[in-house]
Amino acid sequence: MLWDTFILAFREIRRHVLRSLLTVLGIVIGVASVITMVTLGNGATVQVTEQIASLGSNLMMVSPGKGGHGQRSIAPPFKLADAEAIAREIRSLAAVAPSSNQGVTAIFGNENWATTLTGSDNQYFNVRNWTIKTGRIFSNSELRAGAAVCVIGETVREKLFGKQEALGKRIRLGKLSFQVIGLLQSKGQSTMGMDQDDTVIIPLRAFQRRISGNQDIGMIQVSAAEGASTEKVQEDIEHLMRERRHISSSEDDDFNVRDLKEIVKMLTGTTQVLTALLSAVAAVSLLVGGIGIMNIMLVSVTERTREIGIRLAIGALESEVLMQFLVEAVVLSSSGGLFGIILGLSACAGLKGVLQVPFIFNPGIVILAFLFSAAVGVVFGYFPARKAAGLDPIEALRHE
Amino acid sequence: MIQSEQTDRQTLIKLQGVRKIYGTGQAAMEALRGIDLHIEEGDFVAVMGPSGSGKSTCLNILGCLDTPSYGDYIFKGITVNGLDRNQRAHLRRNYLGFVFQGYNLLSRTSALENIELPLIYRGVHIKERQRLAIQALDAVGLRGWESHTPSELSGGQQQRVAIARAIVTKPAVLMADEPTGNLDTVRGHEIMDLLVELNKTQGITIVMVTHEPDMAAYTKRTVHFLDGLIESDKQNGKIK
Ligand SMILES: Nc1ncnc2c1ncn2[C@@H]1O[C@H](COP(=O)(O)OP(=O)(O)OP(=O)(O)O)[C@@H](O)[C@H]1O
Ligand SMILES: [Mg+2]
Repeated sequence: MLWDTFILAFREIRRHVLRSLLTVLGIVIGVASVITMVTLGNGATVQVTEQIASLGSNLMMVSPGKGGHGQRSIAPPFKLADAEAIAREIRSLAAVAPSSNQGVTAIFGNENWATTLTGSDNQYFNVRNWTIKTGRIFSNSELRAGAAVCVIGETVREKLFGKQEALGKRIRLGKLSFQVIGLLQSKGQSTMGMDQDDTVIIPLRAFQRRISGNQDIGMIQVSAAEGASTEKVQEDIEHLMRERRHISSSEDDDFNVRDLKEIVKMLTGTTQVLTALLSAVAAVSLLVGGIGIMNIMLVSVTERTREIGIRLAIGALESEVLMQFLVEAVVLSSSGGLFGIILGLSACAGLKGVLQVPFIFNPGIVILAFLFSAAVGVVFGYFPARKAAGLDPIEALRHE
Repeated sequence: MIQSEQTDRQTLIKLQGVRKIYGTGQAAMEALRGIDLHIEEGDFVAVMGPSGSGKSTCLNILGCLDTPSYGDYIFKGITVNGLDRNQRAHLRRNYLGFVFQGYNLLSRTSALENIELPLIYRGVHIKERQRLAIQALDAVGLRGWESHTPSELSGGQQQRVAIARAIVTKPAVLMADEPTGNLDTVRGHEIMDLLVELNKTQGITIVMVTHEPDMAAYTKRTVHFLDGLIESDKQNGKIK
């Protein structure tokens, strides 16, 4: 019986292909946008989380100036002693790396490439989760002397050397020549459009002497020990720095400690807000789609008054006529849902390349979207179905 | 479900002082003005009378499609006017076959599927359904027209599909509102032969509205309507 009802519903829908398509368009768009948004949102969240994890686990960045960039020049810069103090005083730290950076053009032969130059020590590789692919990190004597040696990222190597061997070659950074002693293992494409592999690292002392010409440190990067509370570490660092910088209790910090976890939270928060907002838009289009279905079902009931009369006269129960129209509405809306799901998933697959966001298939949301579209059919099909079932057979038969 | 009392086994249909009033107030129109009618099991009744005399109205009530405004309709010992819509629908699907004055077939639906329709609501399985439907189609002489839709059939053919649909369930009672109205005399006589046969061999009680005395002559009994009343009710002497 129910099977017959389904067959009937499909046949009825097939009779009005164009009308049915137009009717379910709202549902198709609604479901497609929900699927697209949730899938892309998930992908983006996973991507951001993964990329930030690749920056270094439990990474915290301590830099002079208040949160924003405006006051940075006013706030006194850090010195090496600050980094040493942190390493000495704060417990549960895995590594502390003082660092400074600056944009620079790297030149080898006829090739040149604008990149970021960072001066730091060997701790930097730990803090930022770098591993050396070939070559070596700095020796203690090189660090102490500020030797003209450098470790380069995969992008820089590719741009300057192409297929040539890079290790041992000398490249020009600004006015000076540095010998390449190590190559970093690639991290791949990276966070927020920034290519992490586009980097050159030299000893901090070399940076201070030969590049910046002063003793300042741009940033102290800290990685908390595994299992340590980053909140606690952050608090301790803040306390220590306030003391060292002689900030009275009434004054605000003139430095900031940024925990990468917070950035992750903020970014995923943004995607979540966006997802919620767009889902609301999708919900509205589902609502409109539902009303469209109700409208077309009401038209259909009027058109088929005679048919309903015949069915009732021949022995159909009210509940069976109700079921027939309800099933029709549900088949209509859920096939709209199905189209929407297919459309949404193909949109995601298509946008994957353009947006550089991984495609993460979420069966939960697909099932949910399908059930929801079916539910739209039940809710908005009920009233027209009720109307059909309530017709008086004699009057319906007289209808022309 | 409905409890059948079965007090009087023979009397299948009993109308007692049945009145049907359409509309209200000034526009009120009394289509039936007090009908008393008993029909026994196995009877074959022709209902005749001028247009507008209330034949179809009466048949609708007998067919449990409509209820009397006043008076009682007792079918198989069940007081039909006390039943709700759903219970009447159960009576229709289980005991009654109806041939409407218009053919009232489902458009854009093949003859065979039209005939299968009442079987669907009886919950008959598809294979059995098709077998019975083809049998009924055969009985009305439409073999070979299974897949034609009503718009591809002549008026007479549509009428025969409607008859096939009404008899496919082998109902206890068949109500037929001018089943030969659109047929030529040859076809009309064929249909009457079919009805007589159904009445004889399967014991189906038949109530048939007709304008043609020729057709009425096939039946066992003729009831004449006039202005919403029964004018005469005679047993037919000889059955053809
Ligand atoms: N639904 C209705 N609403 C109002 N009046 C009705 C309705 N149905 C029937 N009538 C009236 O009741 C009277 C009897 O109608 P009915 O259809 O029973 O006549 P009939 O004997 O079948 O006529 P015919 O031989 O032309 O089919 C007619 O005057 C008709 O106008
Ligand atoms: Mg009539």
